[in-house]
Amino acid sequence: MSLAYERRLPDYLRAQQVAIEGIAKEAGLEFFPLMFEVLGYDQMNEIAAFGGFPTRYPHWRFGMEYEQLKKSHEYGLSKIYEMVINNNPSIAYLLEGNSIVDQKLVMAHVYAHVDFFKNNFAFKVTDQGVDRRTGEPIRKWLDTFANHGSIVRRWARRIGVEPVERFIDACLSLENLIDPQKPFRPSRAPEKSEEEEALPEELRLLRVDRDYMESFINPEEFVQAERERVAEEKARAKRFPESPDRDVLGFLLVNAPLERWEREVLNVIRREAYYYLPQMQTKIMNEGWATYWHSRLMTEKICDGSEIIDYADRCAGVLATSPGQLNPYKLGVELYRHIERRWDRGQFGREWDECQDYATRAGWDRRTGLGQKKIFEVRALYTDVTFIDEFLTPDFVAEQKLYAFGWSERNDRYEIETRQFREVKSKLLTQLTNAGNPIIRVLDANHENRTELLFEHDHQGVDLRLDWAQEVLAALNRVWKRPVELYTVAEEKPTVLRYDGSEHTRQSR
Amino acid sequence: MTLKIDQDHSRFRNIVRGKIRQNLKKYISQGELMGKQGKDVVSIPIPHIDIPRFRFADKQQGGVSQGEGEPGDGVGQGQGQKGDGPGEAGKDAGQHALEVELTLDELADILGEELELPNIEDKGKSAIVDQKDRYVGIRRVGPNSLRHFRRTFKTALKRQISMGTYDPKNPIIIPTRDDMRYRSWKTKDEPVANAVILYMMDVSGSMGDEQKEIVRIESFWLDTWLRKQYEGVETRFIIHDAVAREVDRDTFFRTRESGGTMISSAYRLAAQIIEDDYPPSQWNIYPFHFSDGDNWSVDDTNVCVGLLKDTLLPASNVFCYGQVESPYGSGQFIKDLNEHFGEDERLITSEVKDRDAIMGSIREFLGKGK
Repeated sequence: MSLAYERRLPDYLRAQQVAIEGIAKEAGLEFFPLMFEVLGYDQMNEIAAFGGFPTRYPHWRFGMEYEQLKKSHEYGLSKIYEMVINNNPSIAYLLEGNSIVDQKLVMAHVYAHVDFFKNNFAFKVTDQGVDRRTGEPIRKWLDTFANHGSIVRRWARRIGVEPVERFIDACLSLENLIDPQKPFRPSRAPEKSEEEEALPEELRLLRVDRDYMESFINPEEFVQAERERVAEEKARAKRFPESPDRDVLGFLLVNAPLERWEREVLNVIRREAYYYLPQMQTKIMNEGWATYWHSRLMTEKICDGSEIIDYADRCAGVLATSPGQLNPYKLGVELYRHIERRWDRGQFGREWDECQDYATRAGWDRRTGLGQKKIFEVRALYTDVTFIDEFLTPDFVAEQKLYAFGWSERNDRYEIETRQFREVKSKLLTQLTNAGNPIIRVLDANHENRTELLFEHDHQGVDLRLDWAQEVLAALNRVWKRPVELYTVAEEKPTVLRYDGSEHTRQSR
Repeated sequence: MTLKIDQDHSRFRNIVRGKIRQNLKKYISQGELMGKQGKDVVSIPIPHIDIPRFRFADKQQGGVSQGEGEPGDGVGQGQGQKGDGPGEAGKDAGQHALEVELTLDELADILGEELELPNIEDKGKSAIVDQKDRYVGIRRVGPNSLRHFRRTFKTALKRQISMGTYDPKNPIIIPTRDDMRYRSWKTKDEPVANAVILYMMDVSGSMGDEQKEIVRIESFWLDTWLRKQYEGVETRFIIHDAVAREVDRDTFFRTRESGGTMISSAYRLAAQIIEDDYPPSQWNIYPFHFSDGDNWSVDDTNVCVGLLKDTLLPASNVFCYGQVESPYGSGQFIKDLNEHFGEDERLITSEVKDRDAIMGSIREFLGKGK
């Protein structure tokens, strides 16, 4: 097994890097130190299969990814130009044998990515502390992932490859059950003091000055309702978890009856899931930002006359759209440009919002020149959902020809449904919410007083794929080791799916 | 060069081959490498194992895209936004899939490689001889349309140099009549390996659209592979319910009848076609029969067995029976065949439960290289 690749950056690329780094800095980008490495396509495919990290825990799905990348490369279907890892210092990979224009493009693109990693708030969750000396965040994920690898390898040696791999399979089925908001909430609610807990819950009845008015001011039904409320509050306090928990992985990690190796493996999966989370939450913003900057830097500073056509050709390939797909590069870059234009001309604020006159709006230019400042602010403070929610405008939707499509039962195909702003926006937001995953919460860890684990699916109009949901329940059962149950909605009927360790059942509720 | 991923890769290959981790077998599906063949987009089979997750039912979801079109227009391959797994989120400006044109030959190669199909051994029939012209030589006379420019030029150059009339500063070459060279051909007798594929399909009431689609996809790949193996493959199509008739390709895939099922009718017709047009001594014969296996009666099944034994099996390279699962379940016929011909290598049976099972079934049919 070879441990080190031939990675040294050749001199001519090194010179390019120095030049481009200077240009990027001058343009206002602010990034971690960045190291480029040149890889042959085979190594590129390998590292891509590992999700960007040259060492990962052993698992067959990386082999599957690799086979897919390799085959589609060999059959000439696709190739990977570059990869960049959110790490401090950041690492980016260049593909050996790419033309110099491509390499420059990739470098410009990557510097913007790293600026995004460093400055976007969502990526703060990947901080592993702060370097006292420099005040820069510590992100040694390369090491962390390598450690994860050795943890899993160690257990595989002790317990056996097969049981560990099976357990990882189960954990991977649960990988998307994490809570995007969790990192931003205080870690734990303050413990209630003893006295507070000891206080008897009182009925909140209205004050009565004269006894004979009692039955009018606090009628029997009201008293009864109050009693029920108090009883329910008490019951809730006893329930566990107290409020529904979306961090299913975290919940299992703390509360499931796991053996030590199982707990460590589950922890690996969970930490890596949280590491990748911000990248999923900011796909459009991140790619848009990188595309915005590579196109500006390349056309304004980097390319000479002989390169501009090659650059334009490559860039057009990246921005191409095809029916039924959403190209995050295209949508992102256009939206940044839209924002920049609006803030340059002062097309914001109350006056702008209230103006209904088409001609006035079309010619609106207050020469505010705030565009640059605004997009830098946006790249720091938004994620895809809020980005779209706040800045997608009817003008933009019309200009970019966005449409919503859906499945047509009648024609047995996907069809364009509408170009109406409201529908397009709402569909886009639905698609991005929770990175396109259904929202699942732990409801009760002692369901029916039988230590069975109960989940709810927050049904927002789209059903779950039921056969898969059942498989996931089996995985949950593997971890929880007791029967598991899921409340969901199937074909407009409230439904309970249950797996008790040997048999799946499905009932309406 | 060895890579760290090799270990994971070989583990994955072993899972796909069914050597380890049998519990994952049900998640293996054919993957989504897309290639283009003429106007059609075909997906190249590459094994893929899905890890089940809580996911939305695909078709209800839809999505947002951009481009031309009116409400009501189809959006082609729309898959919605398939949620990127975290494994993919890492490679940022990474993958950009390009669609490429593939020829049928390339497709067949890829298929063969993916499914590890052996090349087919010809039965060694060389009775049919074809005459072919091949351009193999050069001569001094011939029609101008066959003039070999380079050879002519070279001869002229040689002559001029040896005569001392060649001027490197003004390199004009003028060929004379003697310099002219022409391509010449030889006619050769070449043995031709000829093959005929006889597709038979049950179109009785119980075969639904999905079942036909499965048959269509499977026969496309069978066709592609066999065409790669033989020059001049002929195809014949037979549909049957209680009676059989020969139809053209288009009708074959579109017809829906509603009658009962008498499989013997199709076998009888197939035997007839072979006897009339394709003497087994000269042809490689591949009958494929697809049905949901719900034959009318035991008697009829016995007739089928008889026909197979006496006529069809001796005539064919291999006889393939694929049983698709219809909404009414899977029938008895495949069991009957296995009972009678369990040991016989000339008959291959395969159950095709759903689309994902197609590739496995092709491997069963063609894996023996017959």
